[in-house]
Amino acid sequence: MVDLSFKIKDLYFKNPVLTASGTFGYGPEFDDFVDVSELGGVIVKGTTLEHREGNPYPRMAETPSGMLNAVGLQNKGIDYFIKHIYSEIKSYKTNMIVNVSGSAVKDYVEVAEKLNHLDAIPAIELNISCPNVKEGGMAFGTSCESAQSVISAVRKVYKKVMIVKLSPNVTDIASIAKTAEDEGADAVSLINTLLGMAIDAEKRRPILSTVTGGLSGPAVKPVALRMVWQVSKAVKIPIIGLGGIMNATDAIEFFLAGASAIQIGTANFIDPEISIKVIKGIEEYMLRHNFKTIDEMVGKLEC
Amino acid sequence: MKKSVQYFTINAVERLDAEHILIEAVSPVPLQGILPGQFVNIDVEKSKTTFLRRPISIHDVDEAKNSMKIFVKAVGDGTRAIYEMQKGEKLNTMFPLGNSFSYSNSQKPLLVGGGFGLAPLYYLAKKIAQNGIRPTVIVGARNSKNIFLTEKFQDIADVHVATNDGSLGEKGMVTEHSLFTNLENFDKIFVCGPEPMMKAVGKIAVSKNVECEVSLENTMACGIGSCLCCVADTKDGHVCVCTEGPVFNIKDLKW
Repeated sequence: MVDLSFKIKDLYFKNPVLTASGTFGYGPEFDDFVDVSELGGVIVKGTTLEHREGNPYPRMAETPSGMLNAVGLQNKGIDYFIKHIYSEIKSYKTNMIVNVSGSAVKDYVEVAEKLNHLDAIPAIELNISCPNVKEGGMAFGTSCESAQSVISAVRKVYKKVMIVKLSPNVTDIASIAKTAEDEGADAVSLINTLLGMAIDAEKRRPILSTVTGGLSGPAVKPVALRMVWQVSKAVKIPIIGLGGIMNATDAIEFFLAGASAIQIGTANFIDPEISIKVIKGIEEYMLRHNFKTIDEMVGKLEC
Repeated sequence: MKKSVQYFTINAVERLDAEHILIEAVSPVPLQGILPGQFVNIDVEKSKTTFLRRPISIHDVDEAKNSMKIFVKAVGDGTRAIYEMQKGEKLNTMFPLGNSFSYSNSQKPLLVGGGFGLAPLYYLAKKIAQNGIRPTVIVGARNSKNIFLTEKFQDIADVHVATNDGSLGEKGMVTEHSLFTNLENFDKIFVCGPEPMMKAVGKIAVSKNVECEVSLENTMACGIGSCLCCVADTKDGHVCVCTEGPVFNIKDLKW
């Protein structure tokens, strides 16, 4: 038998497979395909203080081995979440984590304060890395000073587990990760999408309404692995790795690079059952390689 | 019907020209309760350059044979790879997705297809005919080479054609067809085709106070309302075409 569980501070996860924010809705979208409660965790859609309509269509462009999106944090706001969505998802027997986004420090703080009171939400993922909003978002995650301001402010009010989601659109992600750790983050997740663009040559126009968007999918996996590996050398808090994971082998690569857990993102769009398949695949790998716990496998890259 | 991913087996292909194909595929699970207007999302496993699934309208369902037909136009690599598929091959299919045309309250329906936009209208015509009503169908295209499958409608519907060059049916845009001069004869219009054509039909429908539903074809990733990529701008804000649509009443759209 292998033990797939892991912990962030005192928060227990039955397995290390979570679904990434913005790729799994709130959970019910996938009820027809999987038993959501079998997942290690679900990180729900980025939630802001106010309702956001997001960016105009078109918001998506398919790219080689991936896709660009420019959704722009469309969501109905934290109060709507609490009133209408929370009751629908609180019975899932897994860690339901809310991704918190904002355009000002006080917005993040206010949303986090409200989430303190929801018993079935044991953690938040602080999104300082969304590339698709004009104000805030990624701007907070691309310098140590701005990251520090938002992380420390939220840490003062949020009592449960705080994960900080990092942007890959930086020169030195390890220094941002270290800042997150120093300011009280309980874990970091990386990577958010890479800023990119797509062009329609015939029309001589950008494909996305916003011109640029966030690249995800297997195209970004090598970058994500490299960043997880670099961050693992810089911090002691757990790392949740994501970026282009399409199967269990991809997931294993992230553990070996130093991640304690992983998130499945874009792959959910192609195979809505992939998250559960990855859990089984990780277990099979651990049996074959004689790993009894996830912890034994983390950072076991030989180089 | 519960959504799932299944491997359908192709049991017939009919290539109508170098771009258009009608595929019949058999489901391993019972095909009951699929609604006209719904679509499938196909993972094109044989195309190296196709990362996302391809949303394709359901053209017809035969519940007795447990089969479904899709009408596909080879536009890019993904749909080209579907076009090249042969009898016996498997189609990785996520289905059934989306809402439905709301046809049950219509006594005098008009179905308007823009060329290839005819795809979802056959199953709709069939369902309407099953209710004892003979729908009127009009298909418009640039020329006769872009008019497909109209003969298959003839047992269940009155079929009209308009071509821009007059090579088949009346000459002119579909909205210039004589049927449109007496649009009040119909109580509901169901449209699928290029957006400018759907907007043109919608505008006339509004001016004549006739209900009108259109099927949108926005680019999608997931097909199940989780990525929020395919949104349409409606009076309720951005909503997912894959779950709130693809069929919309034009009065709900910001057209």
